[in-house]
Amino acid sequence: MENVRRVISVVVENESSVLSRISGLFAGRGYNIETLTVAPIPNTNHSHITIATKGSPRLMEQIIKQLHKLVPVYKVVEHSEMVEKEMVLVKFPIEESLSDIEALCGAYNGGIVNVGVDMFIGMVADEPFRIKHFIEAVERYNPKEIVRGGVVAIER
Amino acid sequence: MKMNGAQMVCEALIAEGVKTVFGYPGGAIMNVYDEIYKQDGFEHILNRHEQASVHAADGYARANGEVGVAMVTSGPGFTNAVTGLATAYMDSIPMVVISGQVPLSLIGTDGFQEIDAIGISRPCTKHNFLVRELSELPRIMKEAFHIARTGRPGPVLVDVPKDITAEFGEFVYPDSVNIPSYSPTIKGNQRQIDKAVEAILKAKKPLLYIGGGAVLSNASDLVRKLAEMSQIPAVETLMARGVMGAKNPLLLGMLGMHGNYSSNMAMSETDLVISLGARFDDRVTGKLSEFAKYADVIHVDIDPANIGKLVDVDYPIVGDVTEVIEKMILGLKSKVKPERYADWREVLERYDNLHPQSFIDTDDVIKPQWVIERIGELVGEQAIITSDVGQHQMWAAQHYPFDRPRQWINSGGLGTMGFGFPAALGAKKAHPQKTVINITGDGSILMNVQELVTAAEYKIPVINVILNNHFLGMVRQWQTFFYEERYSSTDLSFQPNYKALAEACHGIGYDVTTKAEFDAALKDAIEKDRVAFINVQVARFENVFPMVPAASALYNMMLPPKEGEQ
Repeated sequence: MENVRRVISVVVENESSVLSRISGLFAGRGYNIETLTVAPIPNTNHSHITIATKGSPRLMEQIIKQLHKLVPVYKVVEHSEMVEKEMVLVKFPIEESLSDIEALCGAYNGGIVNVGVDMFIGMVADEPFRIKHFIEAVERYNPKEIVRGGVVAIER
Repeated sequence: MKMNGAQMVCEALIAEGVKTVFGYPGGAIMNVYDEIYKQDGFEHILNRHEQASVHAADGYARANGEVGVAMVTSGPGFTNAVTGLATAYMDSIPMVVISGQVPLSLIGTDGFQEIDAIGISRPCTKHNFLVRELSELPRIMKEAFHIARTGRPGPVLVDVPKDITAEFGEFVYPDSVNIPSYSPTIKGNQRQIDKAVEAILKAKKPLLYIGGGAVLSNASDLVRKLAEMSQIPAVETLMARGVMGAKNPLLLGMLGMHGNYSSNMAMSETDLVISLGARFDDRVTGKLSEFAKYADVIHVDIDPANIGKLVDVDYPIVGDVTEVIEKMILGLKSKVKPERYADWREVLERYDNLHPQSFIDTDDVIKPQWVIERIGELVGEQAIITSDVGQHQMWAAQHYPFDRPRQWINSGGLGTMGFGFPAALGAKKAHPQKTVINITGDGSILMNVQELVTAAEYKIPVINVILNNHFLGMVRQWQTFFYEERYSSTDLSFQPNYKALAEACHGIGYDVTTKAEFDAALKDAIEKDRVAFINVQVARFENVFPMVPAASALYNMMLPPKEGEQ
């Protein structure tokens, strides 16, 4: 069966060890995690965990059912109709063209967020595949460091 | 009422109706043991190893369907309990295990006897709790029992730091449970059930495939009724032995790697699998692509994750087996025509006559299968049979005439050697009036042999029948067939004097080499009503047949030798 990429959004009780229950489930059952982000949902006792994963449709179904079985899990949403965004921070040497990079960042929903003595930092937030393109595009400006943020997603 | 955390643990157990707790004390759980000493709401059995405590609680739960309870200390006490938790988890047994933990202030400092119990037990419990505040303790105890016994049952661990058990607070035990994120589906979707009923009415060769879920759901009577009204033949998994009853003409037997011929052929040729609380384990299915190749599948399971996990399912029904069968029976009533499946039953009967479950009996050396059939003749349906893991387990499952569910207690999923003896102690505590016999091997019995002392001290008279072939028999069997008879580390010729061992621990021992001696020993052990070892010398190289080689199709069975062929 062909592999599909899916973003699964999980609403959990915000309690200690809930993240380890989920990451442990993935590790123990051999499911793949591409990215994982977690943050509390404002004004609730819940957290949102967003997991990007890959596998056969049967495996996707298993992952969702196994997530559902965890006691602190309220809701599992797996949807192809998700708005997905990912963020990336890139550190450039100060010698590189600030204006070129600023324009590039602008094209990917971002800009220059910090400038220091010997470096400056660009930030963009966009769809994961666009982030990949962005990273390819800035390759020739000799980035010193690239930090990706992992996917966050919301149902359309 | 004001009390300390330790007393709260005891009060919660009493409120849950717990009568027996199996356990072993130690530093971090001592406060609770101090309260156990003062109370008389439940009995505490001191096993001689924490693993045995958990297996005993497990055996107790399997025998009577209630939540088993075990108590251990932190660190090694807990790690010894892990095998017990995993065993119960794999077979979905309701259980609550309470472990001591180092004080909250020491957690994370590698304190004496500190181990991350929550982290270790996460993959082998249904859920686990670390109590971080005394005020949470009553609610957590309530939730632990609720989670253990509802939905797909399973073991729950409650890890209690020592300072929590010492602290004083107000104890109010909650009346009800409110876990918004936890609500198992019980009822079964009526539309799906209707579709499944239609499929049954249309099928020509339907087959009931009964799993351990039918036992857990106490659905035996309904399963029998469903089979009876429709005259649909049935096969049982290892975990479901007893659900249909050995004398039931519709029962073909056990299926799987060591299933009988007609059961495995039935599964290979059926056009509709009606799975009731079974989970298509690899020891049942053999090669998946050949399993029930010509069949549509109705899968009834309380755990949605079991449905479609391994085989494609045409009629998925999430729900409790009891609830779903009740509705199926209503749907089939007056519509189902038993004669429709008459040809199918006849085919299967022919298969059964062609290769019945058999072995070649002899009088010069005792055959292990004979011992099991003999126990069946002598104590039959009133006994509870536990087993360890290996050849003896398969022979027991094949040859014992199980008449009712919960009569057969074994570690099916995890396959834990050393399970049988402590589980027998638990079963005997649950049903003191019944004869409890652990059918074991000379390998398995040594894993938890210390329970002789527990059994003797608390006068829990279980009988261990050791089918002694001086081998780790099942591994030896595989070495014979698949490793060119290289018996690597399976020869157990060097062994203890089992009779003397039992006697040294205040039990009784018997050495048996003839059939007459066996009859006499079993009779004597039952009469003496003390913990016993019956050490039976059996044929050394006997193999378990039929056998489906691993990853082979179910219909490719190695069959037992016939009379005159050996």
